[in-house]
Amino acid sequence: MSITATLIGQIITFAILVWFIGKYLWGPMTQMMDDRKKRIADGLAAAERGIHEQELAEQKAAQHIKEAKEQAAEILAQAQKRAAEIIEEAKIDAKAEGERLITAANAEIEQEVNRAKESLRAQVVDITVAAAGKIIKKEIDAKAHDDLLKDVVGQL
Amino acid sequence: MSSSTANEASGPGAVEYIQHHLHNNSIGDGGFWVVNLDTLFYSWLLAGVLMYIAWKMGKTMTAETPSGGQNVLEAIVEFVQQQIKDIFPGSNPLIGPLALTIFMWVFLMNTMDLIPVDLLPSLGQLVGIHYMKVVPTTDLSTTFALALSVFALIIYYNIKIKGPIGYLKMFLFHPFGKYLIPVNIIMTAIEEIAKPVSLGLRLFGNMFAGELIFLLIALLGGASLFGLLPQIALGTAWAIFHILVITLQAFIFMLLTIVYLGMAHQDIEEH
Repeated sequence: MSITATLIGQIITFAILVWFIGKYLWGPMTQMMDDRKKRIADGLAAAERGIHEQELAEQKAAQHIKEAKEQAAEILAQAQKRAAEIIEEAKIDAKAEGERLITAANAEIEQEVNRAKESLRAQVVDITVAAAGKIIKKEIDAKAHDDLLKDVVGQL
Repeated sequence: MSSSTANEASGPGAVEYIQHHLHNNSIGDGGFWVVNLDTLFYSWLLAGVLMYIAWKMGKTMTAETPSGGQNVLEAIVEFVQQQIKDIFPGSNPLIGPLALTIFMWVFLMNTMDLIPVDLLPSLGQLVGIHYMKVVPTTDLSTTFALALSVFALIIYYNIKIKGPIGYLKMFLFHPFGKYLIPVNIIMTAIEEIAKPVSLGLRLFGNMFAGELIFLLIALLGGASLFGLLPQIALGTAWAIFHILVITLQAFIFMLLTIVYLGMAHQDIEEH
């Protein structure tokens, strides 16, 4: 029971073991644990940020909805106003057009009536002349009927 | 050798039994140039186990889903890391692996103490090995190998951090200031040399005494049939208590290593 050369072997073993454990266990494991710690911290921070951003987004969305509603109401009012205007305009146009049509029709009717009157008059003259001719064959004096003829034609 | 020898009751038989158990299986011509094969075998075996665990765990560990073994090792690594953070000033890439290795290797070597004292030597007898000391830390060579390695690192870092002059100054002006230089040299030298000596002897003493008590308890049962019951009771009690001792000794060795190296890393204080 004393210190022997075994000591040298044990020192070498110890050195190798320290190196080995440092390289394959301590190094990777502490690295991994640090990484994990960092990732957890990052994750928590990200979650915190996410909650904050969500709040902001909600506020923004509410703002947008409010604005949109206002715009919609405005557009609706404008549209209604415009529709009323259009209806009014259409009414005026229609009235004018109607009047124009009536006037035109009336003129045409008058024209037709005049034309009919003219042709009737001409026909009556012809008929009258023909009838007069027949009468003349019996009663020779044309002069006697001349006044009558003129009177008839004038009445037509 | 087993209880059959111890059956010859106390007296020469018992002494012989104990002496036989405390004899290393060694080659060499006596004196310093002796190699204790059993010590080397068991410490290398345990170092191999550690290396295998370290290598396998380093390859298979995952950050997301740590399994049982990884959790245990992570707990140990984190524990060692915490100790270093509490005690060690600054940072040093060597101190972590060093402390972890000391803790785990010493712990495993100490754990050999819990294996029944006669089991492995008896198996050795069967294959013709006559002497076998199972616990490597009951060999001064092992404990001083660790202690002297740490001592070398203490000196190395003292010189590296404080500078050769600073280290010399520590011997000259510490602890009593510049008027008591001869006393200072002696005091500091004793202080420094006490570090490895106490490290090595503390571990050796605890483990050796523990082993000795296991042997005495084993003798109790071998002496007579009436001794069987006390042997079981005492053996169980001592083994349970010893779980504490082996863990504590491994922890103390690690802790003192960190403390000593931490002291080596501190700048010299002026007196």
